[in-house]
Amino acid sequence: MSKLDSKIPEGPLKDKWTNYKDHIDVVNPANKRNIDVIVVGTGLAGGSAAASLAEMGYNVKAFCYQDSPRRAHSIAAQGGINAAKNYQNDGDSVYRLFYDTVKGGDYRAREANVYRLAEVSANIIDQCVAQGVPFARDYGGLLDNRSFGGVLVSRTFYAKGQTGQQLLLGAYSAMNRQIAKGKIAMHNRHEMLDLVIVDGKARGIIARNMITGEIERHSAHAVVIASGGYGNVFYLSTNAMGSNASAAWKIHKKGAYFANACYTQIHPTCIPRSGEHQSKLTLMSESLRNDGRIWVPKKLEDVKAIREKKIKPVQIAEQDRDYYLERRYPAYGNLVPRDVASRAAKERCDAGYGVNATGEAVFLDFATAIERYGKEKAMVSGIENPSKEKITELGEAVIEAKYGNLFQMYEKIVNENPYKTPMMIYPAVHYAMGGIWVDYNLMTTIPGCYAAGEANFSDHGANRLGASALMQGLADGYFVLPYTIGAYLAKEIRTGKIPTNTPEFDAAEKGVREQLEKLINNKGKKSVDYFHKKLGKVMWDNVGMSRNAAGLKKAMDEIAQIREEFWKDVFVPGEMNELNPELEKATRVADFLEFGEFFAVDALHRNESCGGHFREESVEMDGEQEGEAKRDDVNFRYVAAWEYTGNPREAILHKEELTFNDIELKQRSYK
Amino acid sequence: MNLTLKVWRQKNAKAKGALETYKLNDVSEHSSFLEMLDMLNEQLINEGNEPVAFDHDCREGICGMCSLYINGEAHGPDRAVTTCQLHMRMFKDGDTIYIEPWRAKALPVIKDLIVDRSALERIQHAGGYISVNTSGNTQDANAIPIRKSDADKAMDAASCIGCGACVATCKNSSAMLFVAAKVSQFSYLPQGQVERKERVLNMVHQMDKEGFGNCTNTGACEVECPKGISLEFIARMNREYFGASIVAEN
Amino acid sequence: MSNGFSKSSVGRKILMALSGFFLLLFLFQHFIINLLSIISADAFNNVSFFMGTNPIVQFAIQPILLFAVVFHLIMGITLELKNKSARPIQYAMNKPSENSSWMSRNMAITGIMVLLFLGLHFYDFWIPEIKTKFIEGNMSGLNEGGEFRFHEELVHKFTDPIRVGLYILAFLFLSLHLMHGFQSAFQSVGFNHRKYTPIIKKLGNLYAIIIPLGFIIIALVHFFNH
Repeated sequence: MSKLDSKIPEGPLKDKWTNYKDHIDVVNPANKRNIDVIVVGTGLAGGSAAASLAEMGYNVKAFCYQDSPRRAHSIAAQGGINAAKNYQNDGDSVYRLFYDTVKGGDYRAREANVYRLAEVSANIIDQCVAQGVPFARDYGGLLDNRSFGGVLVSRTFYAKGQTGQQLLLGAYSAMNRQIAKGKIAMHNRHEMLDLVIVDGKARGIIARNMITGEIERHSAHAVVIASGGYGNVFYLSTNAMGSNASAAWKIHKKGAYFANACYTQIHPTCIPRSGEHQSKLTLMSESLRNDGRIWVPKKLEDVKAIREKKIKPVQIAEQDRDYYLERRYPAYGNLVPRDVASRAAKERCDAGYGVNATGEAVFLDFATAIERYGKEKAMVSGIENPSKEKITELGEAVIEAKYGNLFQMYEKIVNENPYKTPMMIYPAVHYAMGGIWVDYNLMTTIPGCYAAGEANFSDHGANRLGASALMQGLADGYFVLPYTIGAYLAKEIRTGKIPTNTPEFDAAEKGVREQLEKLINNKGKKSVDYFHKKLGKVMWDNVGMSRNAAGLKKAMDEIAQIREEFWKDVFVPGEMNELNPELEKATRVADFLEFGEFFAVDALHRNESCGGHFREESVEMDGEQEGEAKRDDVNFRYVAAWEYTGNPREAILHKEELTFNDIELKQRSYK
Repeated sequence: MNLTLKVWRQKNAKAKGALETYKLNDVSEHSSFLEMLDMLNEQLINEGNEPVAFDHDCREGICGMCSLYINGEAHGPDRAVTTCQLHMRMFKDGDTIYIEPWRAKALPVIKDLIVDRSALERIQHAGGYISVNTSGNTQDANAIPIRKSDADKAMDAASCIGCGACVATCKNSSAMLFVAAKVSQFSYLPQGQVERKERVLNMVHQMDKEGFGNCTNTGACEVECPKGISLEFIARMNREYFGASIVAEN
Repeated sequence: MSNGFSKSSVGRKILMALSGFFLLLFLFQHFIINLLSIISADAFNNVSFFMGTNPIVQFAIQPILLFAVVFHLIMGITLELKNKSARPIQYAMNKPSENSSWMSRNMAITGIMVLLFLGLHFYDFWIPEIKTKFIEGNMSGLNEGGEFRFHEELVHKFTDPIRVGLYILAFLFLSLHLMHGFQSAFQSVGFNHRKYTPIIKKLGNLYAIIIPLGFIIIALVHFFNH
C-alpha cells in the first residue's frame, strides 16, 4: 500500500493548488536546456504538454502514430469545453464546476484533483483565445456559451460542432512554434512499444518508426504518456481506428498501476451498426436528446414488420409506441444521463424490441418537436389556422437550424431522411474514465513516468460529464504537468544525458524485437481483425453496458482463450522492416487481448453499480428507485489500482480510499 | 454488389508502382468506402497476400488522415465528404473503381496509397501559429471583443483538416488553399495581427520551397475540399502577401 | 517590395494578373477604335492617326504594352512548366471536368492560340505600320492619294476569306481565355467578395463574349461590305 501515495497537498481544498505551486521545486532555465522529456501521444493532453514543456525550455521529444500531431483523436470531439468563467452570470463558479464533476462522476473521483481542474479551467479559455482558437461569439463580439448534459449553468465554450478540432489545432500550432525552434523533436508515424526503466526510474522508450520499421531507442529524464483511452478493446467504438491502449498497457506491465478500468462511458446516441462490415461507430451529439423522443414499438409484431420493412415507423400509432425513458424516468425523461439512457436502450433491445436488422437500434423521433416548433413558429409569424403541412414545414426549418449538420451527417451515413422518419440510434463505447493511476502530480507509480489526459484515471470518477474531456486534457497538459514535473526534474539536473547503449535499453529493445518477430514469423491462418472482432464481441456481450459475475468470469476465460488462439494462429503479412499496418494492428490487438481480461477482473471485483459501471447484482430492490443502479459507498468508495504480476487475471489490487470533505455523498435519482 | 478495383500498388517510396486489378464480391451498399477496402484486405490476407496500405484513422471525416483519389476525384464522387464518409451506395453493381494515391511531387508515395504529407507540416512550422507562451492569463478571453462575422470567418478557415485533397485535385498540385486557410484564420483575429506579415511571407516561402505548383484559380480545390474551404481565402492570402511584400524591408 | 516577390508563387500570380488587367484595358480600347471603323471611317482614321503618332502612346504606352504582352507570355509559360513539373506522375483516371471549367484548365492552350494569332496580327498591321512610320519615315498617315490610309488598309485586309476565318477562330480562343482570365485576375490580386465577385464573374463573361464577338462582327462587316 505504501506505493499508493496520492501526494495530495495539505490545507483547505481551495488553497491546495495555489500553495502547492508556490512551494514546488523549479528548475532554472539553464538547467532545463539539459533535460529531455519524452511525450507519447499528441492529442490535447500530449500536444499541450509538449508545447508547454518546450516553451519552458526542456528538450521535448514527441511521438505520435499518425502522420501529424493534428490528427490525434481529440480532434473528433464535437460539443465543447467546460470552464468556470461565469460569463453568463448564471452563478457558475469554480466550486460549482467542481461539485458537478464529482457528482457527475458518481463520487469516485479524487476531490483535490477535480478542484484543481475546475480552478484552471478558466485559464484554458484565456490560453486558447490567445492562440487564435475561433470560439463561437455572440453579436457583441464576446464568447458564447451553451449548456450541456445535466448541469444547471451555461459554461460550455464551443467552436461550431468542431470544438475538439479547434482546440487540438491550437495545441498543434503551439507545438509548431516549438518544432520550428528545434525545442520539440517531432516523431510522426512512430509507435511506442516499450518503456525503459533504469534504476527504478523511467528513462526512455523503445519506438518503431512505422515507415522504415526501424526499432529506435529514445532516452529522457522523464516520460509522459498521453496516449488516450482504451475504448477500442471493444473493437467497435467511437474511437479512431488507430486508438490503442498499448503505451498505457506497456507501462502497466513495467510497474505502473492501472486504475478503474471498468469505468467506461457508453454514449447513448450513436449511429447503429449496419452490418458485419462495420469498422467503427459514429457519435451524434448528445444535444439531440433535447428535442428527440426515444421509443420502440410496444408490440413485437410491429418490430418484426419494421425490420422486414413491411411498415414504416411513422405508421405505428401513438398508443403502440413505448417511450420507455419517459415511462421509466418521468422527471428527466429523455434527458437522463448517458449511462442511464444507454442501459435503458439495451434493456429494450435485449427484450427483442430493437428496430433495425441487427436488432440493436431504437428510434429517436423528432416528429413531436417538429410539430411543437411548427405551431410556435406559426403563432409567432401570425399564421392563423395553419395546415398540418405548413406546421411541419415550419417545424422542420427550426430543427434544421438547430441540428442541420447532424441530420445531414446522419443522412450521409444511413441514407434515410431524419426529418421524415425517426432516426435510429444505439449506444456505443465512447470514453475511458479509468486509466493509469497517477498521484496529484500526475506521476504514475513508476518514478519519472507521468500520465495525462484520457490515459490517466484521475478526474472523472465513474462517469464523465459532457464537455469535460477537453477540459481535462488541456488542464493536464497546459497547467498541471508543466508545474508538477518540475518537482521531479529539479532532482535530475545533475544526471546528464541518458545514454541509450545500456543493458536496460538492450533488454527492452530485445523484448520488442522478439514480439515483432514472433508475430511476423507466426504465419498462421487468421487475420488480426478476426481476433479483434472476436474479442470485441466478448467484451460487448459480457463487459458492456450491463455486467454480472457469471458473464465477467466467462469473458475472462474466453478472452484468455482468444489470446492463446491469437498467438497460435494469427497471420501477419509483410515484413518488420517496412511500413506494415497489419503488424501495427497486431501489436495493439495483442495488448488488447491482455487488457480485455484485466478489464473484466476490475469489473468483477467492483460489485457495485456506479457511473459507467453497472452490475446487475447491485440494483435497488425496492422503493421508488427499484431496478436502478445502486452505489455501495461502504464497500467500494476507493480507487482500484492494480499491480501487474505477469498474468492479467492475477493483478494485485491496491486501494486508494476516497475521502470527501467538501461534498456530501448522495444518490443520483432521475425518477 | 460486385466490383472491379484498380488499385495503385507500390512496395515503397523507391519502387515503381502499378495499378493492380482485384475482384471484390458481395459488398454491402451500406458499407463505407474504407470498409470496402477492409473487406478487400481481409480477402487478400486470407489468400496469403499483402493487404493494400492506406491512411485512415478517425473514420468520421475530421482527422484528415484518409486520402484517396477515387475514380478521378479526390475523396471520390460525393461532395463535402472525406473518403471515410463516402458510402458504397454512390457506386453501382459491376462498377470498375480506380483507387490512386494523391499525386504531387511534394507528396511522394510511401507505400501503396499512403503519401508523405510532411511538406504540409513544414509549412505549418514556418508560421502556422501565434507566438504566445502558455500562461493562461495572457489576457482574459473576453478582453478583446471580436466581430461575430470575423470570428465566423476565422472558424470557416480553421475548419481545414489538412488532408491534402486540394493539392491532389489541383491540376498544378498547388497547396494554396491549405496555406490560405491558416493565413486567413489568424488574419481575421486580433491575436493574429502582430505576426500577420511575417506569417504570410514565411508560409508562402516555405510552400514554394516544397515544390508545390502555382494557383491558376481553376477552383477545383474548393469543389473537392471535404470541408468546403472557400477560394475567398486564397484571394485573402494573395492580398495579405501583396501587402506584406510591399512593406517588407528585405 | 520583398526580394522574393517576383520569384514567389503568389507574387508571380499577382504579376500575371496585373499584366492581364493591362491587356484587358488595351483590348477594350482596341475594340472601341475598331468599332469606329464600321461606324465612321473618318472617325476611325482620326483616332488611328492620333494613336499612331502621339508620342505618349507611341513611346510610353506602346512599350509598356509590348512588355506586358511579352511578360504575360513568358511568365505564363514559366508557371505552366513549373506546374507541370509539380505532378511528375499523372493519375490513371482523372475527371477534372467534375470540379473545374475547361477554360480554367487550358489557359496555356488558349493563350498560345491567341499568341499565334498575334503573330499574324503583327504581320498584318503592326510590322507594316512600324515600317511605314519608322523605317520609311512617313509619319503623315496619308496614302498616295493624300487621304488617311488606316481605314482603307483595314478594309483591304478583311477581303481575304481565309484571313477572316483565322481571325474568327482566334477570337473564339480569345473568348475562352478571357472567360477565365477576367475573373481570375481579380481573384489573383486578392479581390474576392461574396457580394461583388458574382457581379465580376458576370461582367467577365459579358466581356469575354462581347469583345471577341464584336471583333468578329467587325471583321465580317468589312468582309461582306467589300
